[in-house]
Order: sequence, then structure tokens, then C-alpha cells
Amino acid sequence: MQILEGEKVTKYFGGLAAVSGVDFSVDKGEVFGLIGPNGAGKTTLFNLISGAFVPKPGIIKFKGEKISGLKPFKICRMGMARTFQEVKVFGGVPAIENVALGAMFGTAKGMSPSAATKEAGELLDFVGFSVPKTIPAGGLTLANQKRVEVARALASDAELILLDELMAGLTPTETAEAMDLVQRIRDRGVTVFMIEHVMRAIMGVCDRIMVLHHGEKIAEGTPKEIAASKKVIEVYLGE
Amino acid sequence: MDVSRYKSKGILIPGLIGLVFLILLATLPFYITGYTVVLITTILMYGILTVSWVLFSGPSGYLSLASAAFFGVGIYVGAILLPNTGQLVPLVVAVILGGLASGLIALGVGALTLRLRGIYFAIFTFGLVILILEVLNWWEHTVSHLRGRFVMSVDNDMMFWLMLGIFVATALTYFFFRRSKFGLALQGIGQNEEAAAHSGVNVTMVKVLTFALSAVFAGAAGAVWATRLTYIDPYVAFHVNFSFLPVLMAIFGGMGQMYGPLIGAALFAYLQEKLQTEFPEIYMLIFGFVLIATVLFMRDGLVGVVEWVIRKLRRGGSAVQNADT
Repeated sequence: MQILEGEKVTKYFGGLAAVSGVDFSVDKGEVFGLIGPNGAGKTTLFNLISGAFVPKPGIIKFKGEKISGLKPFKICRMGMARTFQEVKVFGGVPAIENVALGAMFGTAKGMSPSAATKEAGELLDFVGFSVPKTIPAGGLTLANQKRVEVARALASDAELILLDELMAGLTPTETAEAMDLVQRIRDRGVTVFMIEHVMRAIMGVCDRIMVLHHGEKIAEGTPKEIAASKKVIEVYLGE
Repeated sequence: MDVSRYKSKGILIPGLIGLVFLILLATLPFYITGYTVVLITTILMYGILTVSWVLFSGPSGYLSLASAAFFGVGIYVGAILLPNTGQLVPLVVAVILGGLASGLIALGVGALTLRLRGIYFAIFTFGLVILILEVLNWWEHTVSHLRGRFVMSVDNDMMFWLMLGIFVATALTYFFFRRSKFGLALQGIGQNEEAAAHSGVNVTMVKVLTFALSAVFAGAAGAVWATRLTYIDPYVAFHVNFSFLPVLMAIFGGMGQMYGPLIGAALFAYLQEKLQTEFPEIYMLIFGFVLIATVLFMRDGLVGVVEWVIRKLRRGGSAVQNADT
């Protein structure tokens, strides 16, 4: 069953098509990867899906309902959450409250502060956050800030999570931990849609992969198919 | 895990001290002279403006210079409802209506402009003060043909109690708002608006409602202040000082702690009154130096200085202990 569908999704910046007529669909329960060279339109596509931009033209459906045009907070409350390429945490706020905010506001029915705080503590443990939870998020390492972001996204009871370059800037050990985390998120029953540059990671954890180049979809398939695709190799390595 | 924001611990003792202080303050007119009551009324007025400014601008980081607009609207509502020819409504009703009028204007303005960020928002809110001032000016000249308005005078003690009531309401709202989930949401908006929006916060609604809430208190204080002024015109009611002083007082006190702006407003207003009466020639000059010193040497305000001293003392204390053992 498809949890997310896009039809002819397009976004122009001035005269330039950052994303151009992209069709895609993500199945419930899978880990779906999105790759492409710099400037391919990957993050723009995430911004379109999460409601930061509105596709024009094009339609995006989440759980069968049209979401293009809805405000980000509404899309979040429907069960789709995201992280950002450049981490966006609430720097002056304790890590646990960063996460609790997601539980209080991002869930469909909202949550009381005490219940949200409890939930936040559990989620921080789940993502492998191992320093005191009351440290302001701004003072954490990059890896821990990313964990806070993932926990905050999960706190909103997300059924689909968009991970924008979760592994970028992490050490090899941290990257391995992050790959493990993606698996465990899927095991919770959350569908994962991830942008990634670390090839080892994306080939290792994804069920299917879509490749964007100059805003257009040039390939889609299993990691094996993508690795063997001539078109993809051309784009990445040049002719 | 200790997350003190939502816990009731730590409310009791400060709450009791506050209550005792409040009772002392409320009974003040029975044992002190008229001048002091008037002075404290002024301090309370600045306290209300400062705390209501911090309520919105502190966590959100949106620098509002609209305090004078909201305060001025309250003054005008007070002047219209309480003319010296005989009051049209009871005092308390005028105060409530002054607050509501400001709140409604803030609601409308906020819905239109809170998409502006940074310097644009600051300039717009300041423009609002000038805009309302000029519209009223035009109205008084061409429609009502009034140069200004005389306001009925109210007993000093009565004025004090009204101001105290508004002040307590403002401080309590500030206190509970900061600890609430909406306080956290506004803080989240201030630190990363995009992340807040994508985490389920209806950022527009939280910003607009808090902005309006803060305006209610400024407006209510304005209605009382009208009776203190006894004669008003648009230039008096919408004086730009009422936009800048609350910001300065908040910085002077320090915004890191909840009580910072309160202390800042109290000391600053007291200083202003004292300097103005005792050194009328050079008071602005002295004032300027105090402000420059604050910004240069006490970035976290008075509260920052106090915390620094406490830290020093503690560290010194423990060092001595270590030397002993």
C-alpha cells in the first residue's frame, strides 16, 4: 500500500525548474532512498512534501489525501515528520524539551506536558542519546543534535519520516549507528524516506531508491538495479 | 529526569514571598505619603509595559516597538470613556475596554505583519505607533475638532490599586505562560521558526495570540494612565518613549530570568523619577551613561551581575573548603 504519492511534482525558482514533473510513490513500511548530485532538487522535493513549498503544478498525496497546499504544522499532525539537512534544533532549549515539543504539538490530539516529557525521555533513549537530557540542544555534538531531531520527529507519532542527509558530517562509527537507527525506526512500523550522500549507507538500508538529476527523475529501483544503471553511473562519474 | 518547567516545585516559597510582598504593597496607601504612592504607581506602569513586552518579544525574538501604540490606544479609550465632564462607564470597565481595544488592534496587526521577520517587523511595529498617532491627529483636527481631551481625575490611591491589579495580572500571566506548552512553542519559534512549524506548531496562531495578549495589558494600563495625565492629545498618548523604555528596562534588568525585567523596570523607573526631579538639567545625560554602561558591561543585565557575584562567592567558598581538608 502506498503511503505517499506524488504526481508531476514541479517547483520553479524564477525560470529554473528545481524539481520538474517528478512522479514517485513510497510504500508503507519501506525504506525509500533519494539520491542525486548536488543541486539535483532533493531537498526541494522534501520541502514540497513537508509543506514548506507548494508544488506548481503537481499533487502530493499522503495516506490517500491531498496534502499539497496544507501548512507544515497540519502535515506534521497528519503523521509526517522530517529532519533537516542543516540541523535545526532549538538551541537554548534542553534536549528533552526539544523532543517534548514535537509530542505536544505534532501529534494529532496534542499531549499534556508531563506525558510529552515522559515520551520524550523514552524516545531520546531509543535514538541512542546518551548524555544528560537537560543539556541545551545548542551545546550538543552534531551526532547528538541529529538524534534530537530524529526523536523530535518521531515524537509527533509520525507514520512517515523524512530524513534529510542524516549521515552527513558523522564519523564512521556514528554513521554505522545512524544506519542501525534507520533500521530500528522501520522496525517500529515507521516508513522512512531518506536523502543520503553516503552510498554505503543508502545501498545498505534502502529497499528502493530514486535518483534525481537536474530536478528530473532519471532512475528508480532496488539498490542493485541502481548500482548497475548506466545512466546513474554517468551522472555521478561523468561519461 | 528533572524538567522544572512544568513542575510545581519551587513555586511555593517564591509564591509566599510574593504574596506577603503583594499584601504589603496593596496596603501601602494606608501608611505612606501621597508622593510615594504616585511614584510607585509610575513604577508599576513601567513594570506592566516591560513585562508585557517581554511576554512576546523575549521568547519569540521578534523585536516589537509597538508598546506605545497599545499603551496609547488604552490612553485614548480611557480619555473617551472617562472625560472630565463625567465618566461614561465605571473605572474598571474603562480599564477592561482599554485592554480589549489594544488586544483587538494587536490581533489584526499581528495577523497581517507577523510574517515579517527581524528588522522589518521592528520597523513596522514602530510605524504603527506613528500611523495611529497621525490618524488620530487627523481625526481630532477635521472630524471631532478637539485639540486634546480632558480626563477626569481619579484619587491617587484608587489609581494605585488599579495599576497594581493590572500589574499582578500581567506578572501572573507572564509566569504561567512561560511555564506552559505555549511558552515553549514561542521559544521554539524564536530559536528556529521553521523547525517549530515542521514539528506541529501553528506558528502564526501562537505568535498572533501572544502578541495580542501582551497588548491587552499595555492597553489596560493606558486607560488608568489617562486619568493620571488628565489632559491628553495624540502626541502625549503615543509618545515614542513608551516603545523604547520597556525594551531598555528589560535589557537593564536582564531577560535570562523571569524576575529580571521586573527588577529592571522597578529600578529603572525609580532612577528615572529621581534623576528627573533632582537633576532636571542633566538627568538625560546621566541616564545615557547608565544605558551605555549596561549594554557594554552587563550584557545579561542586573540579573546577570547578581548571578555572576553568586557564582564567584560559591566558587570562593568551595575553594576555601578544599584548602581546609
